[in-house]
This record gives sequence, structure tokens and C-alpha cells, in this order.
Amino acid sequence: MLLKLEHLSKSFGGLKAVADLNIEIGQGELVGLIGPNGAGKTTVFNLLTGVYEPSEGKMIFAGKDVGGLRPYQVTHRGIARTFQNIRLFGDLSVIDNVKIAFHQHAKYSAFSAILRLPSFFRSEDEMESKALALLEVFHLRGRAGEVAKNLPYGEQRRLEIARAMATEPRLLLLDEPAAGMNPQETRGLMELIRWLRDNFQLTILLIEHDMSLVMGVCERIYVLDYGMIIASGTPEEIRTDPKVIEAYLGEEAI
Amino acid sequence: MKVLNKKNLVILLAVLVVYGGVQAAIAARLIPPFYSVNLMLICVYVILATSLNLINGVTGQFSIGHAGFMAIGAYLSAIVSVKLHGPLGAAILAGGIVSAAVGFLVGLPTLRLKGDYLAITTLGVGQIVQVVFFNTNYVGGAAGFTVPRTVNWTWAFWLTVISVVIIHNFTNSTHGRACISVRENEIAAEAMGINSTKYKVMAFTLGSFLGGLAGGLYANYMYLIQPTTFSFLTSFNILVMVVLGGLGSMTGSIVGAVVMTVLSAYLSQFPEWRMVLTALLLIVVMLFRPSGLLGTKEFNLGFLGKKGESRAA
Ligand SMILES: Nc1ncnc2c1ncn2[C@@H]1O[C@H](COP(=O)(O)OP(=O)(O)OP(=O)(O)O)[C@@H](O)[C@H]1O
Ligand SMILES: [Mg+2]
Repeated sequence: MLLKLEHLSKSFGGLKAVADLNIEIGQGELVGLIGPNGAGKTTVFNLLTGVYEPSEGKMIFAGKDVGGLRPYQVTHRGIARTFQNIRLFGDLSVIDNVKIAFHQHAKYSAFSAILRLPSFFRSEDEMESKALALLEVFHLRGRAGEVAKNLPYGEQRRLEIARAMATEPRLLLLDEPAAGMNPQETRGLMELIRWLRDNFQLTILLIEHDMSLVMGVCERIYVLDYGMIIASGTPEEIRTDPKVIEAYLGEEAI
Repeated sequence: MKVLNKKNLVILLAVLVVYGGVQAAIAARLIPPFYSVNLMLICVYVILATSLNLINGVTGQFSIGHAGFMAIGAYLSAIVSVKLHGPLGAAILAGGIVSAAVGFLVGLPTLRLKGDYLAITTLGVGQIVQVVFFNTNYVGGAAGFTVPRTVNWTWAFWLTVISVVIIHNFTNSTHGRACISVRENEIAAEAMGINSTKYKVMAFTLGSFLGGLAGGLYANYMYLIQPTTFSFLTSFNILVMVVLGGLGSMTGSIVGAVVMTVLSAYLSQFPEWRMVLTALLLIVVMLFRPSGLLGTKEFNLGFLGKKGESRAA
């Protein structure tokens, strides 16, 4: 198991946003997390990435407890994420957004930077070419010099994924990656997600309201409602589960 | 050598011309004392403004007590040169190091907290530093500390150049980008693996170090330093230089420092007008160019054709 959440809970005052959650995800899996608005999906990501501390429970990633770590430490362990409400470095160029995410892999100290030692130039060149290669994969290479906030919405979402990939994660958390995309962009995104998983030996957990995407790419799905898992299984099982239909999908989705 | 590209050679040439020109004019006794004092002050304020910009502009923190670090550098360097008879270089460096140490000790607990605690803390540090020197007879107390003049144009100019190069090289590196990312979006920066506290403290410590160097330069030129020199008003002036030039723009801070120093020099006979004009200037810039003269942009020599280092800011 790459990721194991055991009895994970989070309360905000009297509200139980996540209640006794148990999730297991194996290396290389592509898993979906769905549920109605306010079900606690984003809160699960925030717990996993150290933004919030769990009220109860354990989070084991790659055999180690990641509870109580600060967000940047979680990233160093190999978990990267995107945000539901895009959080790019809006005033910076597209390539700088990616380079910032390479930071932990940079091979020179602040001292070497100030003295412009050879290690600075070597590592900067390497980061530049790695960043460009990554942008190429995401069809953003032509945008490298543009200011991130000027990109169209769909490209901003792609850039967020590219930036997360620059941290070189083992587990990628995507929070509503298709939000605001048109159907064509969403289809492109589905292919991209599959391609990323296959090419980078990546494990992906994604939150999404767009059922075509969830049912299309996820091998397994967890359904969350009021902070609790009400169902889990293959897309086929989820689609026909009466509890899920009642809580989330509604009759028309069948 | 990558450092010796066309752009850097042009800058080096310009720097040498400025240095040599002024040096020759000084040797030929063409520069009256009024101008040489102000040339010196320009150097001091360029270091102060660019180093405060590193904290407030590049990293997005809010320090309003930079004169406190200048004071620490000034008094420490004066102690080393007057009481300990140390060489000037050692005196200035000691001032910078102690200032950096204080910056680190103050920054570490403060910058861990969310919210603008740094403003309150640095304001406090500025006041405490003044009170401490005011009440310490060893450094002359309220009457001030007399220090012989050992700083000359060569010292002032090259120390300024070195400080600016340090700030530029730091800012345009992965460590500088880390600072900028904290300014842009701290939550996203952390999610990208950046230890935001570490980079805030690093920028604040480096800024304090350079502020201390500026103080050492000042103390060993002005003959006399007094606690009142390093009042909140001085901190405020440095802040105005940074804001005028554009928060986040190093070249903007340099322009701000030069403009404000020249303005103060010509209005030194009318201190009340100086305050009014500073306020007016600030209001006009905020009305018409809220992000300062240069915004976060830098003057660059792009027209020279050769591609420079990619810009983080
Ligand atoms: N920081 C917080 N303080 C208080 N309550 C919070 C906080 N964060 C989330 N909540 C609450 O926790 C519940 C779960 O929120 P969460 O954002 O995880 O939902 P979600 O499943 O991601 O919903 P959506 O599909 O709308 O994004 C909501 O009721 C929300 O109001
Ligand atoms: Mg959400």
C-alpha cells in the first residue's frame, strides 16, 4: 500500500468535516474521490498535505506516518497537489512557476548563488531544460514566458498540474482538475491523466464533479457524504449503488 | 565564463566610469563638501533601500524598523574601530554580522507566525535599539559617539556595488524564487516544497546584515552618530524609497534612494517642507502608479540583444 488513511477525522468546532475515514491506495492506482458539495473531499487533501492537523487517525504514506508534518515536508516525502481554487504564482512567468516547484531538487546553496559559482550555472541550466521539457509535455512550452494569470482557465489548470509534477511526486492529488474546462479540454485532460500515471509510475487520487471524467479514468472510486465513506468500488459498482444515487448522483445519472 | 556576458560587461564598464569619474573629481578637488556628503549618503541609502526591498518587496514581509539594524551596524562598527582600534573592513563586517544575528533572533520566532507580526516587532526593535544606545555611556549616550572618518568614496562605492550584487544574485536564483513564491502565494509555495519560514528568515537576516553594513559605512564617515539619527523617521524614509521605486524592484529601490536623498539634501534648510514634499510625492505616486515607479520590474539592458539570465522578479 502506498497510502493508508486509518480512522482519519477532522472537526471544525462542532462540524465533523471528515469522520472516521479509511482509505487504501496501492502504488500506481488511479482513484477517484467524489461526493456532494461540502462532503469533506478537499478537507481530506488538506489533511494529507499538512494544511490541517487531523483531529484523530493516522496517515501512512510509503510506510511512514505523515501526520503532523508541515506542508513542504509532505511535498518532500513525495505527495504533490493542485488546488480547487487555482493557486498559481499569478504574477510570475509560466516557466518560473515550474522552476519554483523544482526548488527542492536544486543543487546549489544561497552562498553559491551569491558568488555565482559553477554549481549555480550548472543547476540553473538543468532546471531550465527540465522545466521546458515538462512544459512541452503539458503543451505549454509556447507559453513559457507569459505571465501565468494571463493564461486561459484551462491552461492555468494544466499549469497547476505541471507545477505539481515538477516536485517529482509519487502521489498526485488533483482537486477538481476539470472545473471550468469545456468538454474538449476535459477529454484532453483525461488522456493526460492516464498518460502521466503510465509514464511517471505515478499514483493519482482525484476529486471531481465531472462524472464523465471520473467514470472514464478512475479504476476505483470512494464516495464521501457528510465526511463519511458511503460507498467504494469500481465505476460500474458506484454508478449502480442506490446509496450513491440517493446522496449524490441523482436518478437522472443512471 | 557565463558571468562575462555582454550585458554584465556593459554594466561593469558603467560602474567603473562612475567610480573613476567621481574619484578623479575628488582628486582634483572639484567636489564641494556638500556634494561629497550626499554622494556618501546616496551609497548608504542605496544599500538600505535595496536590502529593505529584499524583505518587503521580494519576500513580501513588512519590516518597518530598518533604521534599527542600521543603528546596530553603526554602533558596533564604531566600537570596533574606536574602542578596539580594528581596521575599517573588520569594523563594518562586525556591524553587519551582529545586525544579522539580531535579525535572525528576532525573525525566527516572529516570522513563524501568520499575520503581520513582523511590523510590530521591527517597530519595537527600532525603538529598543535607540533606547539602549541612548542609555549606554560606553558609546556616548544621548550626546553621541565620535568616530573618526575613515570611509572614503572608494569604500562607500564598492561596498554599495557589492551589496547590490549580493541582492541581485540572491534574488535571481532558486533561493530568491523561493522568497518570491512566498510573497506570491504562501500556501502554494509550501505545497511546492518550499519551507516558507526558512526563506522569510533568510531574507530578513540577509537584509539585516546589509542594513548593518550601511550603518557601518555611515558611522565611519559622519564623525558623529547619535541614537536619534536612527529614529522611526529614518526607517520610514527608507520604506518610502522602496515604495516609491516599486516594491520588489531592486533598480526601483536604487532610483528611490537617489531621488529621496537628493530631495532631502536640497530641502535640508526647510525640514518642514521636506516632510510635506515626501508625503506629497508618496501620494502622487500612489495615485498614479500604485505599484511604484517601476512596479516589480527591473531596468534591464535587453536592448543589447544578448539574452541575460532569466528573471525571477
Ligand atoms: N477551515 C475551515 N473551517 C471551518 N470549516 C471548514 C473549513 N474547511 C472546510 N470546512 C467545512 O468542512 C466541510 C467540508 O468542506 P470541503 O471543502 O472539504 O468540502 P468539499 O467536499 O471539498 O466540497 P466542494 O465539492 O464544494 O469542494 C464544509 O462544511 C466546509 O464548510
Ligand atoms: Mg472541495
